[in-house]
Amino acid sequence: MKDKSIHLLNFIGLSFFEPAIRLASGEEVKKNTISLMKKVGLPILSIFVFLLLWHSGAMALYNIEKDARIEKALTERGEEAASLERACIESNGVTCKISTLPTPAQVWSAYKSLLVDHKIISEKKTAFAEKVAATNAQRIEQGLVPIKYTGRPSFVDQIWTSLKTVFAGFLLAFFIAVPIGIMLGLSDTLKSSVNWLIQIFKPVSPVVWLLLVTMIVVTLSKGSDGDSAFTISFISVGLCSMWATLVNTTMGVSSVDKDYINVAKVLNLSVGQKVFKIILPSSFPLIFTGLRITLSVAWMVLIAIELLAQSPGLGSFVWEEFQNGSSESNSKIIVAMFVIGIIGFLLDRMMLTVQKFVTFTEE
Amino acid sequence: MAYIELKNVSKSFGTGINRVEVLRNINLSIEEGEFVAIVGFSGSGKTTLINLISGLMMPDEGEVLFKGKPITGPSHERGVIFQNYSLLPWLNVGNNVGMAVKQAFAQLTNKQRKERVVDYVDMVGLSPAIGKLPKELSGGMRQRVSVTRALSMSPDVILMDEPLSALDALTRGNLQDEILNIWSKDKKTALLITNDVDEGIYMADRIIPLKPGPKATLGPEFVINIERPRDKTGLNSNENFKKLRNTIMEYLMKLGQERSASRSETTYELPEIKPVIKSRFFRNKAS
Repeated sequence: MKDKSIHLLNFIGLSFFEPAIRLASGEEVKKNTISLMKKVGLPILSIFVFLLLWHSGAMALYNIEKDARIEKALTERGEEAASLERACIESNGVTCKISTLPTPAQVWSAYKSLLVDHKIISEKKTAFAEKVAATNAQRIEQGLVPIKYTGRPSFVDQIWTSLKTVFAGFLLAFFIAVPIGIMLGLSDTLKSSVNWLIQIFKPVSPVVWLLLVTMIVVTLSKGSDGDSAFTISFISVGLCSMWATLVNTTMGVSSVDKDYINVAKVLNLSVGQKVFKIILPSSFPLIFTGLRITLSVAWMVLIAIELLAQSPGLGSFVWEEFQNGSSESNSKIIVAMFVIGIIGFLLDRMMLTVQKFVTFTEE
Repeated sequence: MAYIELKNVSKSFGTGINRVEVLRNINLSIEEGEFVAIVGFSGSGKTTLINLISGLMMPDEGEVLFKGKPITGPSHERGVIFQNYSLLPWLNVGNNVGMAVKQAFAQLTNKQRKERVVDYVDMVGLSPAIGKLPKELSGGMRQRVSVTRALSMSPDVILMDEPLSALDALTRGNLQDEILNIWSKDKKTALLITNDVDEGIYMADRIIPLKPGPKATLGPEFVINIERPRDKTGLNSNENFKKLRNTIMEYLMKLGQERSASRSETTYELPEIKPVIKSRFFRNKAS
């Protein structure tokens, strides 16, 4: 049981749990304590150092802003105004709130308020659903569109929307890049004839892709009343992120070990069998490396694209908070930053686990 | 008519000034049921020779005949055992063998094919490892799988490209016996490429040296007239074995000397170089 769980944890990339489990069962106490300190203690310490630096940096910025305001009041409106301003700032008044880098504590309270906000909104949603249940049933009977909740989405809703967009984009990238990559890898002629296209489009910025996709989708969706923002953003995410997979798949397929090809020849495999039984399995490691890069690029460009496309999600959440400028909005932006980072990390881990599961290692 | 016949076969690689003629005027004929060993230095074109017979390569000149017909490509009739095993690392032992069985016996049912795989894996004593991946096996076990894969297609000819050269001496001896056992059971035609004269004498009916390339040709054949089954330990005291071994070794040594002599025809004069230290730093240190 113990060895099994350690093996599982190592497999999904959480090897820092290993010494803790071994220590709990009283195994090689000294060695495992040192290992636990290295794997768990030091990272925790570095988190504290990071928080401390952040806090003191935020305080320093706060003081600079405060001094500048008092100085300004003093030179423009005299001594009395300056002391009023100081009192106002120190009492944390609404009219003279200082907006700069928030401290860790402020960010934490913003995080909690976002959760509270989510709770309130979901309560509203359920209440709304109950209220319109009867009406909606009637409307469906009459063949009408049911009434939907159209209130403001909560932070958690935004996360789900972003994840949906990124997965739609990732799937699009997968279904475009892998088949094309295989074809290019198999045929040198095809590869050299379209290589220029790949080399030119690969470095194009997400913003330009978004504009390009918008041009096309807006024209194509003329006449339909559907929401094109989601379509635009997921297609742009897919197009931005597919290049890593395309290039890696091409490389993997075209560089299969000569020995395996010889085996295929000696066994007289047909072309289809050669592709599916020899070439694809042997290029899986490279294809999956490409897919991992694709997913992390997709998540990274998603925020920028949502921000510009005005489609709902974390990107537009950040943008709205920035425009909003309420007292808590800076803290909320930082919360979003951490959420984006952590989700990105988890997505990468997920892909790594899948990769380990389906690919072989030579030795 | 010989079973396998090579007539004036030549093979070159590269183009233009880089063109190297690896094999030249190779003439070889192997009878049905015969075990022939080809002994040669590394880099003399042994693998090219076996690739020509297996059909992985086509000759530039001359022709390679199998049962009187020219070879046009690889076929199940000629099983190849590669030097570096060439097992597919993502398939386990059973599936590696199963792939070959499926290709060679498409008419059998799944169950029959499975039985055949189990039988052949059992034959080389790998039944406990049938579900293991190649990376979990030792070198000797991997080569056993490779042997099994080639034999499970029940080929008419077994072509072996230095199959044992990467193994340690003990494993090597065991596998030699296993291959001989399988060969003697249904008397398949076998061609063994090796760089070990003892191995050749122990296993083969005839030994043919391959003169070192480029432009490698086959040397005179040596017939091994030692009765089978041969006893490995008894062989060392067998007068016939000693004599054969010495003759073949002498022949190969002579070839080796000729090669190194022909290589060292051009000598390169190295310029006389003395260190010149100009820097002030070094001068100060020296004084």
